[in-house]
Amino acid sequence: MRPALLVFRREFAAYFSTPVAAVFLIVFLALAAGMTFLVSGFFDRGQADLSGFFFWHPWLFLVLMPAIAMRLWAEERRSGTIEILMTLPVESWQIVLGKWLAAWAFAALALVLTMPLWITVNLLGSPDNGVILSSYIGSWLMAGAFLALAAAISALTKSQVLAFIAATAVSFLFVMAGFDLVISAVRQWAPGFVIDAVRSMSFFANFQHITDGVLELPSIIFFVSLIAFSLWLNVRIIEIKKAA
Amino acid sequence: MPLVVARDLVKRFGSLTAVDRISFSVERGEVVGFLGPNGAGKSTAMRIISGFMEPTSGQAWIDGHDSHTDPIAARRRLGYLPEGAPAYADMTVGAFLEFIASMHGMTKPQANARLAELVDRVDLADVWNQRIESLSKGFKRRVAIAQALVHDPDALILDEPTDGLDPIQKYEMRDLIRSIAPHKAIIISTHILEEVEAVCTRAIIIAKGRMLADATPAELLSRAPGHGTLALALATADPQGAIDILSKHPGVGRVDVVQRVNGVTRIAIRTAKTRPSTDEITSLLGRSNIAVTEFYMERATLDDVFRHITIHGSEN
Repeated sequence: MRPALLVFRREFAAYFSTPVAAVFLIVFLALAAGMTFLVSGFFDRGQADLSGFFFWHPWLFLVLMPAIAMRLWAEERRSGTIEILMTLPVESWQIVLGKWLAAWAFAALALVLTMPLWITVNLLGSPDNGVILSSYIGSWLMAGAFLALAAAISALTKSQVLAFIAATAVSFLFVMAGFDLVISAVRQWAPGFVIDAVRSMSFFANFQHITDGVLELPSIIFFVSLIAFSLWLNVRIIEIKKAA
Repeated sequence: MPLVVARDLVKRFGSLTAVDRISFSVERGEVVGFLGPNGAGKSTAMRIISGFMEPTSGQAWIDGHDSHTDPIAARRRLGYLPEGAPAYADMTVGAFLEFIASMHGMTKPQANARLAELVDRVDLADVWNQRIESLSKGFKRRVAIAQALVHDPDALILDEPTDGLDPIQKYEMRDLIRSIAPHKAIIISTHILEEVEAVCTRAIIIAKGRMLADATPAELLSRAPGHGTLALALATADPQGAIDILSKHPGVGRVDVVQRVNGVTRIAIRTAKTRPSTDEITSLLGRSNIAVTEFYMERATLDDVFRHITIHGSEN
């Protein structure tokens, strides 16, 4: 595990070596607050909860998580440092894990910075703090899934822009998997169980299960296994690229 | 077993064969120069041996460990400077080298002790706390070299270690390579031929993915046409008299004018059988009042060898 932690430390620090981190955090907080107060009408609803805040997370993450993860591998390929990294005496999965953990920790920081909202609703009323906590955990898990997908895609290219666009496109399919847009495309040819499977992969639906109340186990398992699968895919992409 | 062994390495990219059956080995104490034009397959071969890239076929070993089936053990014994000397631009020199040391499993005290030694050797003390992106090309290259030396590996693969350095930095880099050479097996790639003469004990010439020669620099030089030809400088702008006289000598095959500058003519004597001695030539020409101001042996450069071998194909 030590190499993974060393990679984690280096990558996490790298986020703060340029103003990009600060810009990102400001954009995230501004968008999250803007959506909550202006679009969801936080004050007009007269309810002390954060559902108007969490509702937007799948859409915000759709763009913001690929932005966090796009540089993880593409930048290494562009600058050539990947040759140094991949000839160090450590396993590929340790590097893959360390990089993803760094991005995930950065996402955690972004979420932690929205805590004033939580404090606000507690001052205004008496929200169900259990639901809010499970929503935060669910949001973080969903962010992890977005990041793991985007990191794997980033390993395919040396262009950060390309990595960002491709990751956003793939993430969009996952967010929309429960909606007619995707389902109708599948319904033409696929048997029922495939349609159900596609529908069950919807980020939006799975996240909603979590924010609706309890931390629902199937949804948690979904996000965790998608993270695990994407990390595995990331390792495979790295290995296959070596032979290409 | 030699420290570095490559056997029948082949790498194809689609229809292009970048590396075509390359085999060689490097013992401790040897510095092998990979010599070839750009795009010859030097970097690809080095990437395969380092384990960064998988070959289409063939195998490579570092100190007996296959760099693909036993990569961790192989990488522990190898220091690798990739093409372009990459390093994390956003890190300081110190943080970067500490990161590399820790990834090699060194503890903090071990890393500190080793880096303190290395900093002097590679001369990085002045820039230790600077970000790598702010460094000059020479310093960047030294950082990347230091990265390859952090764990004091037995085998070193350095892809163009002096590329882009100014003459003084090149000199220092060669000095550094020479100083560590006795204890390590080193492969360097270059397209600068003087570098091979300056630091290498052996040179491997590669063109279009194939090995065309594997010999010491001296052996390669002796293969060049014209190497060891006797040449002389005459204090005259009109060498015809001298040429006529020399051509009559039984040992002389042909006399060529090499250069005419500022009233001095340089001619080369291509010998047929036995070369006439310098005394003989002086007295022969002296009789016609032609003064020889200088005798010298024409020395082929590795450029000549290189051109000769890459144009005329393989060895001999």
